[in-house]
Amino acid sequence: MAKSILRLTVNGSGREDAVPANMLLVDYLREVAGLTGTKIGCDGGECGACTVLVDGRPRLSCISLAHTCAGRQVETVEGCATDGRLSLVQKGFHEKLGSQCGYCTPGMIMAASGLLRRNPRPSEAEIREALSGNICRCTGYVKIIEAVQAAAEGAP
Amino acid sequence: MEYLPEFDLLRPNTVDEALSLRRERPDARFLAGGTDLIVNIRRGIAEPGTVIDLTGIAEIRRIARQDDGGLKIGAAVTLAELLERPELTDEYQALREAAAEVAASSHREVATVGGNLCLDTRCLYYNQSEWWRSANAYCLKHRGEVCHVAPSGKHCFAAFSGDLAPAIMALGGTAEIAGPDGRRTAPLGEIYQDDGAAHLRLADGEMISAVQLPAAGTWQSGYAKARVRAAIDFPLAGTAIALRTDGRALEDIRVALTGTNSCPILIAGTDRLLGEAVGEEMAEQLVAMLPKQIQPMSSTFTPPGYRRKVVANLARSLFQRLIEAP
Repeated sequence: MAKSILRLTVNGSGREDAVPANMLLVDYLREVAGLTGTKIGCDGGECGACTVLVDGRPRLSCISLAHTCAGRQVETVEGCATDGRLSLVQKGFHEKLGSQCGYCTPGMIMAASGLLRRNPRPSEAEIREALSGNICRCTGYVKIIEAVQAAAEGAP
Repeated sequence: MEYLPEFDLLRPNTVDEALSLRRERPDARFLAGGTDLIVNIRRGIAEPGTVIDLTGIAEIRRIARQDDGGLKIGAAVTLAELLERPELTDEYQALREAAAEVAASSHREVATVGGNLCLDTRCLYYNQSEWWRSANAYCLKHRGEVCHVAPSGKHCFAAFSGDLAPAIMALGGTAEIAGPDGRRTAPLGEIYQDDGAAHLRLADGEMISAVQLPAAGTWQSGYAKARVRAAIDFPLAGTAIALRTDGRALEDIRVALTGTNSCPILIAGTDRLLGEAVGEEMAEQLVAMLPKQIQPMSSTFTPPGYRRKVVANLARSLFQRLIEAP
């Protein structure tokens, strides 16, 4: 299929790739950019495992076309840590045991990161609302909520 | 890696450009947030040769107060943007409550007003993978000969599952439609018909460009919805009510439902209640009007009888909430 040039920023670095019109953002990130942290858990935007940030807001990358993110800032779980130091959200998941099998974790971390940027001191209800589209089959969510609360408390 | 079928992607900057691209490409579909269309393309139930992305069109991304006190909402406004507007909480509560209950917050970041109004109808036998549907000889709505919900007929009973339409209908809203012959407006209910395989009465090449709500005045409104998984699911049934009272008697009321038929339903006969004292008795009179006007079928995981009960309970409790509101 014919490809056209897609220019966007991924985790702070500008990229330019030849990408077909029908390529999903998740496939672009995993197959073209080589960032396999973003997961595919379902085929219909039902599980949230593929959540990334586009211009700082959560986006389900498995139901977004890559080309519709032209010119945007895309962030994936690989972009969270700086200089080998975990982000506050990642640290929260690590210390509060918010991750078990880990498959949903990248999506959870990105949805939680998007929330804390908009709302640095969310209530438990606001955390639950922001993560309501992200399914976890291991934790029962309690530890995930605690992880996000810990991240919010740890923020300066 | 599971690529979508091939298509061209076009990204116009104006409505006129979008309409002219659509005219040139009869196989094209309009795309906004993609939470419905991309999933359907992925499952093989939508097969556009061209996808026209409307999200870059600034003129349909605005919300503007009208001279008559009403509100005009562009079709490509996202539900997240809509929910940030104070007018909704103050004046159009039914629309705020409906928008807040569409899917999950991550969907609402991209899902649009126009997309929710044009949401494809849904059915247990339709919203499945290609493999699943092919094993079941497909269905009447797509590629098949038989409706598995009502095998003896030739009518598709897939359910309309949008949340915004009943709220906008209860609020007396109209759709602004852009097409090859220019712009027209119609009461929102008139763009639908009760046919699961063709529920939108938009002419070829037309698109919804905006929604207009009349000035809220003293109307009170709300929306209530039942779904399997509260965090994310489409409605099994949803009820929107807008009403005005003088503190004792009912001055006006509009009731609209979703999830029960292949289109949103504006309940007829409510004018019989006008002038009567509001209260529990009126709630029962209202609920009694519903059964003959709805037709839930076995198109979801829950049986039709359950959805009949749920829609009655939603209408009763929402009506009570609105008349008890300060």
